Amino acid sequence: MPSQKAIRRFYKPALFLLCVIPALPAIHSLAALVANSFNSSVSELIVSSISFWKFSRSADPIARLLHEQGEWALRFLVITLAVTPVRFITGQAWLLNFRRMLGLFGFTYVLLHFLIWLSLDQGFYWAGIGADIAKRPFITIGVAALLLLIPLAVTSTNKMMRRLGTRWHKLHRLIYLIVPLGVWHFYWLVKKDVTEPLIYAAITAFLLGYRYWRASKRKQAAAIQPTSLH
Amino acid sequence: MLINRHKPEDCACILPSEITPESAYLNRRDLLKAAVAAGLVIPASWQAEAAETQKLNYTKNPGFSVTDKPNTYEEITSYNNFYEFGTNKEDPARNSGSFKPTPWSVKIGGECDVKGTFTLEDILKPHALEERIYRFRCVEAWSMVIPWVGFPLKDLLARFKPNSKAKYVAFKTIVRPSEMIGQRSGTLDWPYVEGLRIDEAMHPLSLMIVGLYGKTLPNQNGAPLRLMTPWKYGFKNIKSIVEISFVEKQPPSTWNITAPSEYGFYSNVNPSVDHPRWSQARERRIGAGGGLFNARQETLMFNGYETQVASLYKGMDLKKYF
Repeated sequence: MPSQKAIRRFYKPALFLLCVIPALPAIHSLAALVANSFNSSVSELIVSSISFWKFSRSADPIARLLHEQGEWALRFLVITLAVTPVRFITGQAWLLNFRRMLGLFGFTYVLLHFLIWLSLDQGFYWAGIGADIAKRPFITIGVAALLLLIPLAVTSTNKMMRRLGTRWHKLHRLIYLIVPLGVWHFYWLVKKDVTEPLIYAAITAFLLGYRYWRASKRKQAAAIQPTSLH
Repeated sequence: MLINRHKPEDCACILPSEITPESAYLNRRDLLKAAVAAGLVIPASWQAEAAETQKLNYTKNPGFSVTDKPNTYEEITSYNNFYEFGTNKEDPARNSGSFKPTPWSVKIGGECDVKGTFTLEDILKPHALEERIYRFRCVEAWSMVIPWVGFPLKDLLARFKPNSKAKYVAFKTIVRPSEMIGQRSGTLDWPYVEGLRIDEAMHPLSLMIVGLYGKTLPNQNGAPLRLMTPWKYGFKNIKSIVEISFVEKQPPSTWNITAPSEYGFYSNVNPSVDHPRWSQARERRIGAGGGLFNARQETLMFNGYETQVASLYKGMDLKKYF
């Protein structure tokens, strides 16, 4: 187990940089699009550099960006959900140090995915956006997942953890609902080939199932504990 | 000698086009000359195994073309839905390299006087090719503008003398899992099937397509023969056609079988009838991106072909018959 100093000085910054990489194409495209809307000469420069990200490979770079950022959002949320089980299975308690950062990246990627949808995909066409959230269940649950993530992100600081005490743990169990909503959102939008969403569903089911199994085992242990006490 | 044979259930016999009788072999030069004289250059890709696209002889038909700026050749050939080659948009271009659109034959049957299996050369021979620039609207709410090369479907169908019982036309795509990786899994029920009402099929806008941008169709776009009805969603326009039959009852169509509540038999482009999971009111024109405030454009009724085709559906409830 690395020292707290090593975790703070090396592991956390390294993980942070690693987590930022998937967002770079989106940040770049958003910047290009914003520039494109206001100033054509600056935008040309930025837009022409989009090919750097190889989005020119796709004839529909917006859909590609939207889907890729959405998948990264789901990946980060699943990874966050995996920290605790991995810690118990491997006995590496220091991994808990990274859970908050991973969770916040999950939130950031969900937000980015949402912003790409609002801007690049829908072009801030509010009538259509409102109708889609209200009428399309897969969008409704996607937005619900984003809204549910907000209180978790807001209460992720040490100060809030202390202030909320045991209620903090209760509140953050919302993630057990949010991740399945995200998987469901993915499953519902796919036209036919649901292999990928089902892979996420299987991993999520395992991670939640493991927690349930462990919790019930502990409950049993707690129930028999008094008699075994001296 | 190894012969790349079709699947047994697809064709128990050796296809006529796979046999080259000695006389025809000797007369090949004359046949080619005749074909050229008839205004048709038979591309090398239909004679030999080469998968390369070939230049076609055609005339432009501006009367049937839209004036929107066409998408680039690269966009049209790299962003495809053709589940026989995989479900991602990039899959068809990537996975269709080994598909052999030659030799090719089409079986004609059902309620018509002239039946049989015809080689692609026979199918094409009497028809002059024309280029029409059509709008293309995918059910997934994206769109393109494509310069197709083909000929009116009605001219082809008329040759087989459909009888009075021919109320619909059914189409079938080839099944060839050895060359179509997507057919090795049960993503959809293979073969892909589609159908049109006879008056839709006989409409002057309905085309049999053999090429785009003046060249034969690349495999990922449905080589060597596909349908194009520009007022319908893209998936109606069945690709790599091996069978056309005239039938009395409404024939099955693959996406309708797969999800009847989401994809109807007619599948006419209609901005006021939404797909249950997404809106059809607006569409993203591929390649037209740029700026935050023109991400999407309004979808037009019947994809902009309302004046031509609306009369086909007079009195029909298009919300019911979507």
